[in-house]
Order: sequence, then C-alpha cells, then structure tokens
Amino acid sequence: MTALILLNSVLPVTFVLEYSYLLAAIMFVIGLKLQSHPETARRGNLWAAAGMILPMITTFLFHRNPNGDAISLVNGMVVVLTIAAGGVIGAVMARKVKMTAMPQMVSFFNATGGAASAIVALIEFTKNPDQAVLVGLLGLIIGTIAFSGSMIAYGKLDGKVGDIFSKYMTWVNLLFMLILVVITVLILFGGYSLETRTYLVYGLLAMSLIYGVSFVMPIGGADMPVVISLLNSLTGIAAAMAGFIYQNEAMILGGILVGAAGTILTIQMCKAMNRSLLNVIIGSFGGGGAASNKEIGIIKEVSLSDAAVLLSYSSKVVIVPGYGLAVAQAQHLCHELEKLIEEKGGEVKYAIHPVAGRMPGHMNVLLAEADVSYDKLIEMDDINPEMPNTDVVLVIGANDVVNPAALDDASSPIYGMPIIKTHEAKNVIVMKRGMGKGYAAIENYLFYEPKTRMLFGNAKDSLQKLVTEIKTL
Amino acid sequence: MDSILNFLINNKEAIFIIVLSVFLGFEVISNVPSVLHTPLMSGANAISGVIIIGGIILVGHASTSFEWIFGILALFLATLNVAGGYVVTDRMLEMFKKKKK
Repeated sequence: MTALILLNSVLPVTFVLEYSYLLAAIMFVIGLKLQSHPETARRGNLWAAAGMILPMITTFLFHRNPNGDAISLVNGMVVVLTIAAGGVIGAVMARKVKMTAMPQMVSFFNATGGAASAIVALIEFTKNPDQAVLVGLLGLIIGTIAFSGSMIAYGKLDGKVGDIFSKYMTWVNLLFMLILVVITVLILFGGYSLETRTYLVYGLLAMSLIYGVSFVMPIGGADMPVVISLLNSLTGIAAAMAGFIYQNEAMILGGILVGAAGTILTIQMCKAMNRSLLNVIIGSFGGGGAASNKEIGIIKEVSLSDAAVLLSYSSKVVIVPGYGLAVAQAQHLCHELEKLIEEKGGEVKYAIHPVAGRMPGHMNVLLAEADVSYDKLIEMDDINPEMPNTDVVLVIGANDVVNPAALDDASSPIYGMPIIKTHEAKNVIVMKRGMGKGYAAIENYLFYEPKTRMLFGNAKDSLQKLVTEIKTL
Repeated sequence: MDSILNFLINNKEAIFIIVLSVFLGFEVISNVPSVLHTPLMSGANAISGVIIIGGIILVGHASTSFEWIFGILALFLATLNVAGGYVVTDRMLEMFKKKKK
C-alpha cells in the first residue's frame, strides 16, 4: 500500500520538482546575462525574480521529506505567513531607502542571506550529524562570516562603526582562520562523540562570527565596495553548500552562479583601483606612508562669477563627480547646471571613474536618479582621449581619482591607479569642501596646476550659487 | 581518504553542477560595463537568497521546537534577502530606463 502511494505520488512529483529547478536555473542565467546591458537590465532582474518564485512554489507544493510526506497544512501555513512577513518588510525597506544609502542596504540584505544559510546548515547538522558533514560545516562557516562581515560593512557605510587600523590585525586574522581550520578538522576527523562534536560546531559558529567582524574591521571606506562584493560571493557559496546538503539543484546552481559572478566583479573592482585582492584584505590604504617631497605650487581660488562665465561660454564641459557630490546630495543641482550649460550651447558630459562613489556604478545610479541621461555618462577610458579638447573640467567632490601623482609619482601610494586625466584639459575647476586630503590622504598635484582653480564650499551650496549665477548672466 | 573518495562518488552530479556553474558564472558576468556593477551586485545578491528554498523545506517539515524557531528565522531572513534584493535592484535599474534616446 505504502509502496503504491510512493510510486504514484513521489515519482511524478519529484520529476516536476527537479525540472522546475532546472527551469529556475536557466532563468537565473538569462536574468544575469540580461543584467549585463543597460537596455535589458531591468528585464533581466524580472527574469531572475521569476526564477526565484518558480522553485519557491514548486518546492512548497511538491517537496517530500525522506519518508515521502508532503508539507503539512500547519507547516505550510507557517511557511506562507513567514514569507509574507519577510516579503512585505523587505520590500518596504528596499522602497524606502535613499539612493545614497543603497550600498548599505545591499550589504544588509547580504547579511540576512548569509545568516539564513548559516542557520539552515546548523539545523541540518543537528538533524543528521553524520551526513554531508564537510559541506554543512563550510556552509555554516561561510554563511556566518558573510553575515557578521556584512553587518560590519553595513555599519561602516552607515557611519555607525569606525575603522580599526592595526598592523597586528593581519596576524590576528590569520590566527582566527587557523583556528577555524583546526576546529573543522577536529570535527571531521577527531573521532569525538556526538556531544563533543556538537560543542565544537557551536565553537565554530562563534569563531566564524568573530572572524567576520575582525576581517572587515580594518578595511577602510575606499575598499568597502570590494569587500561587499566579496561577501556577496561568499553568501552565494554558502547557499550552494546548503543546497548540497539537500542535493537541491536550484540552490547549488543559483549559489555558485552568484559566487562566481561576485568573484569576477570583485576582481574587476580591484583592477579599477590597481590593487590586488590580497592588498585590500591585508593592507590599509595610504594612511601615513610615502611622504613625497615634490615641489608644490600655489592654490588659486575662483570667484563664483568667474566660474559661471567660464562654464556658460565653454563649448565642451566635462563634469567629474565624486563621493563629495553624493554626500552633499547635489546630483539634482548638478543636472540643473548641466541643462543650463546646454541651453547656452555647450556640450556636457560626465566622466565616471570606475570607483566613483562608494561602489562601482554607484555614481551612475545617483546621477540617473537625478534624471541625467545615461548616454552622457562616459567611462574613464572613453573620456580620457577627449580631455585635451575639453574647455572646462568641473571636478565635484572627487579627489584621488583625478590625482596626476598616480601617473608620474612612483613614490605615491596611489601610483599606477588609472585616473581621469583632468590635468590635460584647458581649464579645471575643483569644487571642494576645504583643503582636506582625499581618502588616500595624499597631496593632489592637480590642485596646484596653473590652470586649476578651486571653488571651496559644500558641493550643494556651491552648485546652487553657481546655478543662480549662471541664470543671471 | 576513503571518506573523501566516497564523497566524490556519491555527489558526482552535484560536483558536476558546481564545476560547470563556476565557468557559467564567469562567462555570464564578464564584459559588464562598470555602469551596471552596483545594480548587478545587488541583483546577484538577490539570487543568493535562493537559500529561501532551504528555508521552505526546513519549516515545511519542522517538528521540534528548535527546528521551528530557527527554521522560521532562516526563512524570514532569506525572504528579506530575496524581496529586498529584487526591489532594490529594480529601483536602481528603473532609473536607467528614463530619458533613453
């Protein structure tokens, strides 16, 4: 009798379930592919979302535990209620967050995903302590590190957590990592009783939490995007490990896809900053270092009216937006300035450095929010050849990414980092809050160039005044 | 050594999937304009919420109070990741559609 039911219900049902996972995996791939082009990106996200909803529904309807039992009514209701609560809260959080706070939000969601993977791995360990132990432990470790690391990254980007720079941190982190490996080996091959092993698993959990914190703690703001991307790929791997426990193809494929994609993205970001991944993880940026004693010239300020005149009568203007623009929330004013100059007959483009803002592409999102057309956003490699023909470059709150020291001063900590060659333009106006140094804490020779003039003040105020000034011309 | 060999034999399909999806992930992602890096990171982050399937299985078959409590927690957190991730990504990408020529 039981065998008959098993044959009738389990076979076709698992068939449907597993093929729905294949379908979901295909949708993830199509979704990611479409997200690689601006025109199709939004559609790609919808594909990926559909690829998530499909296996959720089929799992809910068709999943059977090893005894062949379907999800019961009570359990099913709890599942639906939990998803409803999480879905509504998650969507509201995502709707409400300001565009400038986007990186924190991504980091936060990454933390929740990592925590979920860690918990699933932990519960599965307690259920079947002898089954698929290695992948379970890996899921637990990686998911937990992704969770605590992402929470710290979230706190840092939100200004709630400071940096701890110490050369000892590298050694401490190596020690922590060694402890993780030792505990894992002990659980797997120590031959301990179940009770001891359970304690060790909780020790592993605690150690992973600590390691995630100590791993992200010494890494500074400019390197944050790299870390978030790295943690993102860790979350994917953790999900895949948990999928391994269930032999669940959708989880394995989705997780590994994210793991691989995140790794590639991380490497691309490192390349943009001319830093190796190891450097990001071990060394802190700039800080004291390399006191270059190159002869420095004089800083010249520009009056608002001079800047206004210069901008309105130029035929080719390039705006270089930086983090200062984002902080001052001045992207809308920037767009207004752009429209004004175009009304006067000038051409305006935006030069986007790969690491402008807080994440690659973050600046594009911020400008797009202010209705700046994305074909005006030109990437560094495409805008650099145009620089000598540019009448005015307006640098707003950017610093290190326009520092020519990266090109010719081998003693500079940022030497070798690709920059936007603003120093080749005919005129440069730099909008800056004060003479403070950039994130790398080094002198910017651009400011001392004869053709460079400074407009000090908060980016938003300065832009507002500049816009008013141009309007009265 | 035996256990490792057994593991490799017993999980052949899963290992095949993992190795091939690594290459797939690399291929799919390369050549992305940096304009799209942040939305893509966010979109990939939403997909990593696929652990939600594990959450559904856990809560769906939960029986002990330990499984109930932590299962619901895991499912809730995974749903935050999924729902929030897709909505945030959509919001970012929505902006690229405007004022297209």
